[in-house]
Amino acid sequence: MLIYSQPLELTKLLAAVDSFLQGNLTPGWAVLVKGILVGILILVVYALIALALIYIERKVAAFFQARLGPNRLGKYGVIQSLADMIKILIKEIIHINKADKLLFFVAPLFVIVASVLAFGALPFGMNLHALDFNIGVFYLLAVSSLGIIGILLAGWSSNNKYSMIGAMRSGAQFISYELSAGFSLMTIVVLSGSMQFSEIIEGQRYCWNLFNGHLPAIIAFVIYLISGHAETNRGPFDLPEAESELTAGYHTEYSGLQFGFFYLSEYLNMFIVAAVATTVFLGGWMPVQINGWESFNQAMWYIPSWAWFFGKAGLMMFLSLWVRWSFPRLRIDLLLNLEWKYLLPINLVNLLVMVVVVLSGFTLTDLFPALFGK
Amino acid sequence: MKFIKYIGGIFTALRSLAGGMIVTWKELLTPKVTMEYPENRKTLVISDRWRSELIMPHDENNEHACTACGICMMNCPNGTIQVISSSIETEDGKKKKILDKHLWNYGSCTFCNLCVISCPSNAIVFNNDFEGAVFDKSKLLHRLNHEGSKLRDKKKESPATATDAIAKKENKEA
Repeated sequence: MLIYSQPLELTKLLAAVDSFLQGNLTPGWAVLVKGILVGILILVVYALIALALIYIERKVAAFFQARLGPNRLGKYGVIQSLADMIKILIKEIIHINKADKLLFFVAPLFVIVASVLAFGALPFGMNLHALDFNIGVFYLLAVSSLGIIGILLAGWSSNNKYSMIGAMRSGAQFISYELSAGFSLMTIVVLSGSMQFSEIIEGQRYCWNLFNGHLPAIIAFVIYLISGHAETNRGPFDLPEAESELTAGYHTEYSGLQFGFFYLSEYLNMFIVAAVATTVFLGGWMPVQINGWESFNQAMWYIPSWAWFFGKAGLMMFLSLWVRWSFPRLRIDLLLNLEWKYLLPINLVNLLVMVVVVLSGFTLTDLFPALFGK
Repeated sequence: MKFIKYIGGIFTALRSLAGGMIVTWKELLTPKVTMEYPENRKTLVISDRWRSELIMPHDENNEHACTACGICMMNCPNGTIQVISSSIETEDGKKKKILDKHLWNYGSCTFCNLCVISCPSNAIVFNNDFEGAVFDKSKLLHRLNHEGSKLRDKKKESPATATDAIAKKENKEA
C-alpha cells in the first residue's frame, strides 16, 4: 500500500502538540493536559456543530416548506444561531412549585452527558478519534442508552401528568428501537469482523460496507436509519414532544438553559446517528479509493478526511431532515407496532442472512478480491 | 396468505414513502415566491383598489372639491371623520357653508370606503401609501384640506348644457 500525500490532515499538528507536551512535562502531567485539551475541544466542537445544525435545519426545513427561513441576521441569516444561543443563555429558569428539585435539575444533565459521551467516540478524521476502544460499537450503544434516564426523570419530576405521559411514551419508544439499532449494528460487526471503529473504517478502504454485504447490508442500513430516528425522537417519530398534543411532552416545564440542553442533545443525537451510519455503512472518513488506480486515489486523498466525514454525515442529516418534513407523525401504537412486528423480525432474519453470506463467502470483497479486496 | 400480505404491505409502504419524498424534493427545488419587504419597495405593485390613507386631492391652484356638506361624516360608521365648517356671506347675501377643517383619524378608520362613495363631489379618495405607522398617537389625526386651500369653482356648465352635449353626440352617430 503506497503512502499518499495528505496535505490537509491534522496528523502533523497533533503530533507536534503531543511531542511538545511530552518533551516538557512528566508523562503523568502530559497525559492529564492532553486529556483536558481533548475534553475542551470535544465540548467546543459539540457546541459549534449544534449551532451549525440549528441553522441548517431551519433553512432546509424552510425550503422544503416553500418559504425562506431566517434571512435577516447576517447574509442569509447565518448569525441567527448565535442570537438564539445568547437568548437561551439569558432566559429565566422558571422554578416549578412542587417538582422534585434534585431530579428536575439533574434530568437535562443526564441527557447531555450521554450525548457528549457518545460524541467523543466518533471518528472525525484520520487520527482525530478521541476514544478508540476495541469495543467501539458496543460502547456507543451502551452510552446512548443513558439518555433515556434523563427523559424519564424529566417527565417524572415535572409534577405534570402530561409530561409523565410524554416521558413514558418516549421511554417505550426508545427501548424498543434500541433493539433494532443494536441488531443492525451487529449485522455490520458480523460483516467487518471487529467492533473497533478504526478497523471497521480500514476495512472499507476499497469498498463501502453498504455495497460489500449487498442485500443484508442495505436492509440493515435502512433499519438503522429508521431506528436511529426513532431513538432520538426525531422525524416522524416525535410523538413524545408532539407540540399539538402534549405541548412539548417531557420537557414542557423546562425553560432557559435546561431546555437548551434538551434541544441541543436532540440535534447532536441526530448528528451522532448520522455519523455512526456513515462510519459503519459508508466508509467514515476514508476517501473513495479504487484498487489499482493510484492517481485517482491520490486525488481523493487531497480532500482531507474530516471533509469526507462531514460531507457524508451531512448527506445523512439532509436525509433526516427530508424525512422529517415529508411524513406525518406516527401514533404511539403504530410506532411500537412498527418496531415489534416489522423491524425486529426483519432484523433477526437479516442477521441470519448476513451470517450466511459472510460464512459462505458471498460478500463483494470475497467475490472480487482483485477489485475490492486488500 | 397472511405472510404474503405482510411482505406486500412492506413494499407498498416503501413505495408510498418514496412517493411522498419525491413530492417534497420537488418542493425543495421550486423557487420561493416570498417577497422580502423592505428590500423590494422599488418594485412593489399595489393594486389600485387597496385602501391606505384618505386624502383630498388638491390641484395646482391649491383647490379641492369639498363643499363641507358633511355627508361623509354622517355615513362614517364610527365617527372617524369630523367636518368642521364655518358660515360666510356670499355676494348675494346668502349664507354658505365653507370648509374649515376636514379631520380624519387614521387610528380609528375601518377603511370601509363609505365616505368615498357617498361624497357627492368626489372630494376624497383612498391612496396606496400603506407606510403610515407613527410613534405618536396624536400624529394619527390627519387634516385633509391643505393650508389656504379653497373650494374649486364649479364650471359654468349647468346640467342642461351637459345633456345637450350628449344629445348632439348621439345625433352625430345616428
